[in-house]
Amino acid sequence: MDTFRDKLVPVTSILLGVVVLWYIFAVILNAPFQRDLDRRANETHGTVEFIGKTLSQPKPTLPAPHQVAVNFFENTFLRPITSNRSLVYNAWVTLSSTLLGFAFGTALGIIIAVGIVHVATLDRSLMPWIIASQTIPILAVAPMIIVVLAAIGVTGLIPKAMISTYLSFFPVTVGMVKGLRSPEIMHLDLMHTYNASASQTFWKLRVPASVPFLFTSMKVAVAASLVGAIVGELPTGAVAGIGAKLLAGAYYSQSIDIWSALVAGSVVAALLVMVVGIAGRLVDRAMGGRPA
Amino acid sequence: MNWLKPSWQAVLAILLCLVALALGAMSKPEAAALADPAASFDYPYFGIKTPMIGLAVLAGLISMLRISSLAEAVVLFVGAHLVAWMLISGIAGFEGTALAPYFLLLAAAWLLAWRCVAVLSGLRPMAKGVRMALRLIIPAIFGAWILIIWEAVTRGAGIPFILLPPPSAIGARIASSLPVLGADVRQTIFKAVIFGYVVGSGAGFLVAIAADRVPFLRRGLLPIGNMVSALPIIGVAPIMVMWFGFDWPSKAAVVIIMTFFPMLVNTVAGLAASGHMERDLMRTYASGYWPTLLKLRLPAAAPFIFNALKINSTLALIGAIVAEFFGTPVVGMGFRISTEVGRMNIDMVWAEIAVAALAGSVFYGVVALIERAVTFWHPSVRGG
Repeated sequence: MDTFRDKLVPVTSILLGVVVLWYIFAVILNAPFQRDLDRRANETHGTVEFIGKTLSQPKPTLPAPHQVAVNFFENTFLRPITSNRSLVYNAWVTLSSTLLGFAFGTALGIIIAVGIVHVATLDRSLMPWIIASQTIPILAVAPMIIVVLAAIGVTGLIPKAMISTYLSFFPVTVGMVKGLRSPEIMHLDLMHTYNASASQTFWKLRVPASVPFLFTSMKVAVAASLVGAIVGELPTGAVAGIGAKLLAGAYYSQSIDIWSALVAGSVVAALLVMVVGIAGRLVDRAMGGRPA
Repeated sequence: MNWLKPSWQAVLAILLCLVALALGAMSKPEAAALADPAASFDYPYFGIKTPMIGLAVLAGLISMLRISSLAEAVVLFVGAHLVAWMLISGIAGFEGTALAPYFLLLAAAWLLAWRCVAVLSGLRPMAKGVRMALRLIIPAIFGAWILIIWEAVTRGAGIPFILLPPPSAIGARIASSLPVLGADVRQTIFKAVIFGYVVGSGAGFLVAIAADRVPFLRRGLLPIGNMVSALPIIGVAPIMVMWFGFDWPSKAAVVIIMTFFPMLVNTVAGLAASGHMERDLMRTYASGYWPTLLKLRLPAAAPFIFNALKINSTLALIGAIVAEFFGTPVVGMGFRISTEVGRMNIDMVWAEIAVAALAGSVFYGVVALIERAVTFWHPSVRGG
């Protein structure tokens, strides 16, 4: 735990610095509008009062941290979960398509990786395209996938999940190809001396060797699939979800709502990555891995 | 049977051809003509149906003879693509009327192409230039077949234009709307992406150097940077649009934020990559912090920095295009995509996507080429 204590002080102080800077910028950015308001109302304030007012505007340019925190708290804990203003409800909508897309993406990634490792033709012909597929700004296709699928009557969870699938299969494929190829020649030779069949080599050597790679790439994939789900909610004017909250906030200039939706998205992302990390550690321990 | 070496792809392709021949009519007009010989119907593949199927069977048979691999590949390549070309050009004017034999023949041609790729990837040529060419040809055939199957299926089955236009229509659309696409590329890529990419990566790099100089900063920034890279940063797009207005500066701001953290994390990791021995050597030369940084640690960090630059090249395009969904002047790739989807001009959307894909690949390719030139000493470059 020594490293943890080593990090704790610097991380907290930098976070504190960010919060202080945030307050300063909030005052600076909100000041022009507040001055404008005061001039129209023919009011004059002392400096302290003026700063207090800049930090409590209803639609500030940059909301102060405490405004975001209050909004986040209200929309998370004080509203009934079924209300469509509740962040829990919106986060759940996004989370469900994230998880569906992540599951598809991971399965697809593993299947492609197994194919690439075992079929030389696929390795030579498919691998370059998989890498090329990620240089394409695929999120740009998101609106079209959703509108086109809606035209043939597929709506709701599946189109959003498809975007998440596309974004999350790539890290899994690359990680799994690396992982399935990670056993050394020595180990493969040993399996050979045991007269192991190809499937035995696969299940008893390659798969266990690839598990750490799988979980590392799944951490990247789950974050990517959350981004996919959020962007998938933008173009259709979806009624619920974190992306829909962002869009509604942008339309009505509800900057505090945007920020608290962002915070909600970040919390979900952090939780997802953490869950995958814990699952990885549990699997590692169940397989007899020792802490390095 | 010494003169024969069967392959399952060729055998299956020949079987499919025979089934196609047995099933008869390739398209609905032809079926109508067969049912009523007296009436004269115009139907596709008049007179070339048997030669086409014969060509596929012949290519499959020749490929199984004991000939050299190169000859086999050439025969398969010519056979598969000639059949595919005849199939696609023949259906013109009769879209949406194809029957089962059409698709069987398409599958047969595809199997021949697969066999061709399999033969090619089995080749182990000595000359370096030939190896290089093979590395390009094999994925190129694969990519071409995605387009061929796409074209043949959308036209043969008559898939509605709104769902999925054939690649030829997309190509025609690109050719006919070059000025619009050019203006969009200028707005999105040359203004927002390049500026944001340079500033964001540059800032990430400078902060990484500062963090390297001050260990306190490094210990604090690294965990935060790692965490931020998992966050959906794209969500700041509406805020940036609110702050910087509808034009390109708001998109550049999103790109800056998206590219900053990958650069920071990778550069800090890269600066730790040089070995103790080398650093000790620099110490014995009485080299200070900056000479060591410039002559040893930055070159050692170059692979990491270029990795970040490659990641950022994709992120920058995504950031700029998605930010345009939140509001733009009436030009830009993201704007065009979202409005043309609304007007159901799906071919224009695909044209824009093709341009974005091309731009993304070129961007990535340029960074990769610079990387090869700069890190020529690295094992991964020397080996290839």
